Amino acid sequence: MKVKLIDIAHARSGDKGDTGNVGVIARKEEFYPLLVKYLTVERVAKHFDGIAFGGVERFELPNLWALNFLLHGSLGGGGTRSLKNDAQGKTLSSAMLRMELEIEETVRL
Amino acid sequence: MKHSIRIASGQGFWGDLLTAPYDQVTKGPVDYMMMDYLAEVTMSIMQKQRRKDPSLGYARDLIPMMERILPVIVEKNIRVITNGGGVNPTACRDAIFRVATKLGIKGLKIGVVLGDDILDSLDDLATRGVMLDNMETGEKLAGVRDRVMSANVYFGAWPVVEALNQGAQVVITGRTTDTGLTLAPMIHEFGWKADDWDRLAAGTVAGHILECGGQASGGNFSADWRAVPDLARIGFPIAEAMSSGEVVITKHENTGGLVSMQTVKEQLLYEIGNPSSYITPDCVADFTSIRLADDGRNRVKVFGVRGKPCTEFYKVSMSFLDGYTAVGTLTYAWPDALEKAKAADGILRTRLSDIGLQFDEIRTEFVGHNSCHGPLVRDFAEPNEVVLRVGVRGLDHKAVERFGMELAPLILTGPPAVTGFAGGRPKPSEVIAYWPALMPKKAIEPRVVVEISS
Repeated sequence: MKVKLIDIAHARSGDKGDTGNVGVIARKEEFYPLLVKYLTVERVAKHFDGIAFGGVERFELPNLWALNFLLHGSLGGGGTRSLKNDAQGKTLSSAMLRMELEIEETVRL
Repeated sequence: MKHSIRIASGQGFWGDLLTAPYDQVTKGPVDYMMMDYLAEVTMSIMQKQRRKDPSLGYARDLIPMMERILPVIVEKNIRVITNGGGVNPTACRDAIFRVATKLGIKGLKIGVVLGDDILDSLDDLATRGVMLDNMETGEKLAGVRDRVMSANVYFGAWPVVEALNQGAQVVITGRTTDTGLTLAPMIHEFGWKADDWDRLAAGTVAGHILECGGQASGGNFSADWRAVPDLARIGFPIAEAMSSGEVVITKHENTGGLVSMQTVKEQLLYEIGNPSSYITPDCVADFTSIRLADDGRNRVKVFGVRGKPCTEFYKVSMSFLDGYTAVGTLTYAWPDALEKAKAADGILRTRLSDIGLQFDEIRTEFVGHNSCHGPLVRDFAEPNEVVLRVGVRGLDHKAVERFGMELAPLILTGPPAVTGFAGGRPKPSEVIAYWPALMPKKAIEPRVVVEISS
């Protein structure tokens, strides 16, 4: 089935230099394995093609049912150098939550 | 020795809700209040202010705020810790002493933490082998040395602990870590040792939760923002810390906002890198070890935190002048708002090119369409109106200034139904670029001065 990430997760994003971080948190414990399995570095990098120019890293925080993504080179130089309206990556979280995932499992939202 | 203290978060950044600190010290019991004022570029703004006036260079909001809360904190014996001293903590202290005198408060003890400002000793440090190369890019400091505008060492909790041990009721620091402001009262009250890594990490995690104010208690909450009650009167977060290292995050009764597992999780994930190595001067906290439990209404228990030894280095945050930017906007209305905004951008770029202006970057965004999600925005309905937002960046002040003169003419010489130019020509502003570095801890000593008002 196809699930919208926003239906199974919530998120917050921020900046460190030219890197945006996006914390993605499962809304229920049973959704966390789905994030681990389907929200891969490859898929996220493809989603942020044209936004994150310096690669994507992923870290797991199972206790918090969360993944932390670093989107390198995503803030137009970062800090006061950036010409972006969202120079601090505050809306990268909602950009992440736009994703749709094709999953094998059937989930009850 | 106390076994539990309540630490309130009063400010999450310079520009935060001005009523929050007063609410925190009046709407319920607290023992300490921390206020974070410093972001990466804040110090350079403060250096600029101090250059113009040697009695400035700190968060000026702090003075009227202290005037309001001083009588309360003195009466209730609440201790306040803030890094709002910026690049001039001593002047900040003196201003607070003047407020105390005006209010008739005698015997107020204020501690200042000094020594983090190394702007005037960069060359001396270099001769001692402290090179301060860029820790992210490896570049040599020499390349930007003559453009450096501020240079500060991130101190941790220990100098603040020293000021608290000497009896300071108010502690004013410069570049102390946000987390250190919260960790310090725990070390002071509970007598935690410098190598008690798990407890230091627990206090650091509590500090991370408090350091952004209302962002832990219902602000900017993506899981379900509609479910947050009364954001207008949001209660800022409070950490109930126990000597064991367990912490409960809560807020005052009868305030708005929400403290839940989800609000706390969102804040824990905010602005972190590798979660197993959250590096501070005090310890390296492992955010993957954090455990949360529901502890009743608006109460979340944080426990199980593990820490690792601190490193041998302080982080140094420097800023340097790196050219100029200017950003301007125009608003286009129906019909064909987006198409007209795009056409106007094309006209503007042709004109900039025809007069031979060179920039390192020109960036166009369409606010109302794609300024947040960029290329992710596809196949959307035509918006009724679009804000054309164009920015340029370059080293040549004149070129950046001239760009500002090319935007307004589009009103009379571009596509129709255009407005929104009341602000005048976009002015060049300085780019204050960030230069992170490391320095050995043994190369510098923080200084703590505690004085009492007469």
